[in-house]
Amino acid sequence: MAIFDEELQRLKERVLRMGLLVEAAIRDSIQSLIERDSELAKVVIKRDHQINALDVEIDEECIRLLALRQPKAGDLRFITTTMKITTDLERMGDLAEDICERAIELNEEPPLKPYIDIPRMAQISQGMLIDVLDAFVKKDASTAYDIIKRDDEVDNLTVQIFNELLFMMIQDPRGVSRAVKITYIAKYLERIADHATNIAEMVVYMVEGKMIRHTESQ
Amino acid sequence: MTEKKEIEARELNFYYAGNVHALKQITMHAYKNSVTALIGPSGCGKTTLLRCFNRMHDLYPGNRYEGEIIFQERNILSNGTDLISLRSSIGMVFQKPTPFPMTIFDNIAYGLRLKGIKKRADLSERVEKAIRNAALWDEVKDKLNVSAYELSGGQQQRLVIARALAVEPEVLLFDEPTSALDPISTAKIEELIINLKSSVSIIIVTHNMQQAARISDRTGFMMLGELIEFGRTDKIFTTPTEKLTEEYITGRFG
Repeated sequence: MAIFDEELQRLKERVLRMGLLVEAAIRDSIQSLIERDSELAKVVIKRDHQINALDVEIDEECIRLLALRQPKAGDLRFITTTMKITTDLERMGDLAEDICERAIELNEEPPLKPYIDIPRMAQISQGMLIDVLDAFVKKDASTAYDIIKRDDEVDNLTVQIFNELLFMMIQDPRGVSRAVKITYIAKYLERIADHATNIAEMVVYMVEGKMIRHTESQ
Repeated sequence: MTEKKEIEARELNFYYAGNVHALKQITMHAYKNSVTALIGPSGCGKTTLLRCFNRMHDLYPGNRYEGEIIFQERNILSNGTDLISLRSSIGMVFQKPTPFPMTIFDNIAYGLRLKGIKKRADLSERVEKAIRNAALWDEVKDKLNVSAYELSGGQQQRLVIARALAVEPEVLLFDEPTSALDPISTAKIEELIINLKSSVSIIIVTHNMQQAARISDRTGFMMLGELIEFGRTDKIFTTPTEKLTEEYITGRFG
């Protein structure tokens, strides 16, 4: 049915729009940290409601399509995947907001050290998000598998940052408060990458009909 | 729990009079105590296949089968098959209710009398059991001697199911049993079919894909006389293997 195809296309565009808003939130949150720009951080926090609104809107549209169109096979997998991945996107938006809150706090104190690994983590996580949105739109399972592999890199960086900051805290307790906040940010970025991985797993399901979550064989 | 096959078509071909090749190399089976649905566009051969399972096609001259249908370890397409006993083992329920022009009681007792059951007490017991199994008893118990035509369409269809059940078949074939019924009667028949699984194996042809999804354990998708895909219903409706199946069930056909 042509009308149904158009509805699915519009749904896909909305997911993409939501994804791009989340991507911008992550990018700006890191920028507000690196460039010590608390005004930018406040803007990102203010913008989060747009992501939340799309989350609700997309959910409602999915429920409407499930009820009225009774989708099956590929259509069913597309709609159920959409419902799940918007939850991940919304959580990523919240994490960007959390990064901004820590950035505002950190910006009020002198810099502890130059940020090196944090921007690197952010770059990888953002890349994973952009690529997974692309894989979702193009129904490309092989890109999705590739994204899942990249999560290890982010996990390794998290451990590395954690150890480094732990060492700094032991050396100079005056930096503990700041170091803990930076540890938090590393954890937020690690979670963002996890959500991107969840989405990639759902894209594999959408394309191949295979549930690969919670399996070691990935 | 391993499932047992109830009836199995092996490389079945069917030709209508005039050599119209209506079924092509069909190999499939229905499991015991399960519901098997056949879906596909009009003219795909699903009803033709259903009618092979109790050799309904033999009622018209010139029709021809090739291949085998194995039921109770015998090929029912072989010449020696007793069609009367085959059709009481494998009953059929049609699209439109087909009660006989007689009382409700006699509709059910008809097949039993043919089987030689004559004693009133035995008949009454078997009639009641069949009507109960068809979930119709409470609605007709006080009017067993009125004409079956006084029942509603949905009740008539359940009466016909009761009539088929009375002779204790192994398999029931349903040919679009709810297409002439309203949604409430349809829901009753669907629930009845699911409940009947414990005593009979069911094969149902339906135009209503949602119905196949709701009530069947296995689904076969047919097109142009071929069985395109056959598998678990949940698999067919979420992750079909064949592109044609996907196109048909998502409504992107042709």
